[in-house]
Amino acid sequence: MTTHTELGTPRDLTEIRQSISRRELIDKLFAIAGLLVLFFAILVLVALILQMAIRGWPRLSWQFFTAFPSSSPEEAGIFSAWVGTALVMLVTAVVAVPLGIASGIYLEEYARKNWLSGLIEINVTNLAGVPSIVYGLLALGFFSQTLKLGDSIATAGCTLALLVLPVVIVTTREALRAIPRSLREAAYALGASKWRMIWDHLLPYSSGGILTGVIIGLSRAIGETAPLITIGALTFIAFLPPAPLSGNFPYLSFEWLKAPFTVMPIQMFNWVSRPEEAFQVNAAAAGTVLVAMTLLMNGLAVYLRYRFRKGIKW
Amino acid sequence: MVEEVSQLNVTAVKPKAEVIDLDFYYGSTHVLKRVNLVVPDRQITALIGPSGCGKTTLLRCFNRLHDLYPDNHYNGEIVFDSAVNILSPKVDPIEVRMRIGMVFQRPNPFPKSIYENVAYGLRVQGERKTSVIDDKVERALKSAALWDEVKDRLKSPAYALSGGQQQRLCIARALATEPELILFDEPTSALDPIATSNIEELMAELKQQVTILIVTHSMQQAARLADYTAFMYLGEMVEFNRTLALFNSPLNKQTEDYVKGRFG
Ligand SMILES: Nc1ncnc2c1ncn2[C@@H]1O[C@H](COP(=O)(O)OP(=O)(O)O)[C@@H](O)[C@H]1O
Ligand SMILES: [Mg+2]
Repeated sequence: MTTHTELGTPRDLTEIRQSISRRELIDKLFAIAGLLVLFFAILVLVALILQMAIRGWPRLSWQFFTAFPSSSPEEAGIFSAWVGTALVMLVTAVVAVPLGIASGIYLEEYARKNWLSGLIEINVTNLAGVPSIVYGLLALGFFSQTLKLGDSIATAGCTLALLVLPVVIVTTREALRAIPRSLREAAYALGASKWRMIWDHLLPYSSGGILTGVIIGLSRAIGETAPLITIGALTFIAFLPPAPLSGNFPYLSFEWLKAPFTVMPIQMFNWVSRPEEAFQVNAAAAGTVLVAMTLLMNGLAVYLRYRFRKGIKW
Repeated sequence: MVEEVSQLNVTAVKPKAEVIDLDFYYGSTHVLKRVNLVVPDRQITALIGPSGCGKTTLLRCFNRLHDLYPDNHYNGEIVFDSAVNILSPKVDPIEVRMRIGMVFQRPNPFPKSIYENVAYGLRVQGERKTSVIDDKVERALKSAALWDEVKDRLKSPAYALSGGQQQRLCIARALATEPELILFDEPTSALDPIATSNIEELMAELKQQVTILIVTHSMQQAARLADYTAFMYLGEMVEFNRTLALFNSPLNKQTEDYVKGRFG
């Protein structure tokens, strides 16, 4: 008993303490290093955005938002561009959201796990990494020429929908997978059919996650330029597409789907490629608006996730 | 297990359900081996046995939860009300689950309001009248001895309740549709002693209205609560008898070792 205390314990204890404090030091060093790297990354991002915003600031006026592009930089605005972006995003969302959610549900809840579903799964995940210009080429052939949609808002919306689709599918599946088996079984044990269980439980519980995916997908699409240039988006559009509401029956019009269009990043690209300095300022202003739109969408995603998760936990 | 072990005169009890030569497989793992069991009407029957012996598996056969996962399969019958074999492929599992309720090992309320939790089974069965649902929700919560605690906050989330209250809510949820048999899978294993004794009291009252089949790993709980007890070991039904008889004069050596605490 005494030998044990004399020989073992005290020395062991100091050794253990030393090793613990050594590990704590490494912990702290790593935390500081991580913080520095993070700080640097954020700093670069903020600096870039700030520089652009400061440059474009003088042009950000009501007139800038309500004017069509023009050959004189002071009169030029982004009216056709932001309307085009809004309409293209609308089509993208209407196409990608139902398709993506339905595919996610099918893959996660219905598909039997075999080589075919494995293959589909790998493909869906990889689709998210395909360069966007490839989607543009596909769309040029399929939507624009085969389906004869032309260089229209419909073609652009469908193209970007392809881009967003994998993101929506993957986040839908992740959101569904996060719901524990015990909740599904609770619903089944009460006699719910599979569809009922999905509708009453899985969809409401995963809607926060799904919405986040949708918005992140859309905010990726909003800045896309390459695939839209491929399908022939114009860089100079001085008119708006036909209005979706009309005064006479049937009041709703879908002519705008077939209209030519431009979008914010293409407008920006157009200005950047001009030699005049004043157009560079316009480009910076448009870029600021675009970044603001993206940040707003991401903020909305964060808020929605918070809202939906609030009442729902397991 | 071919040995005739039961001294119980099985023909004397009125069965609510009868398991006949049931085999069950998870893929190729043979988990239940020619299990036979009688679940007497409006009595509490306990399933005991060491962990991993197949109690949960047997319980989940009764409401065909195993059908949810591919690769599970059964042979044998569970005859319900001396009329239908609920394991038959011709029987719709959804109908079975509407008549046989289940309470799980861990409380698993839906992340919805207290009211919606209890109302869900009714809604699934197509009930639309709010007045009827209100009524049945109240009755179920009263039967589950939860009404007084929650009557002023039916619309608040079920997750605000304590573990014991959540489990009683799950019991109310199962009771609301007035099932004829309720399956309990170790319903108190995640609860503290006070919540446990509340739920045991509750079950003792419930057996007036409904047949209860309960899995428990606690022999004390089986002894306190059950009218009949079945002892399982390695997927086989070793012995089934009135609880007192099974604990005081087990016929089988394995049962005796187990109830005397010599293993498990
Ligand atoms: N989903 C499953 N797939 C494969 N084997 C399983 C599964 N669930 C349980 N088992 C096995 O079946 C046996 C019985 O399990 P279970 O019925 O949960 O036992 P108990 O409830 O008596 O503790 C155990 O050996 C367990 O490992
Ligand atoms: Mg178990």
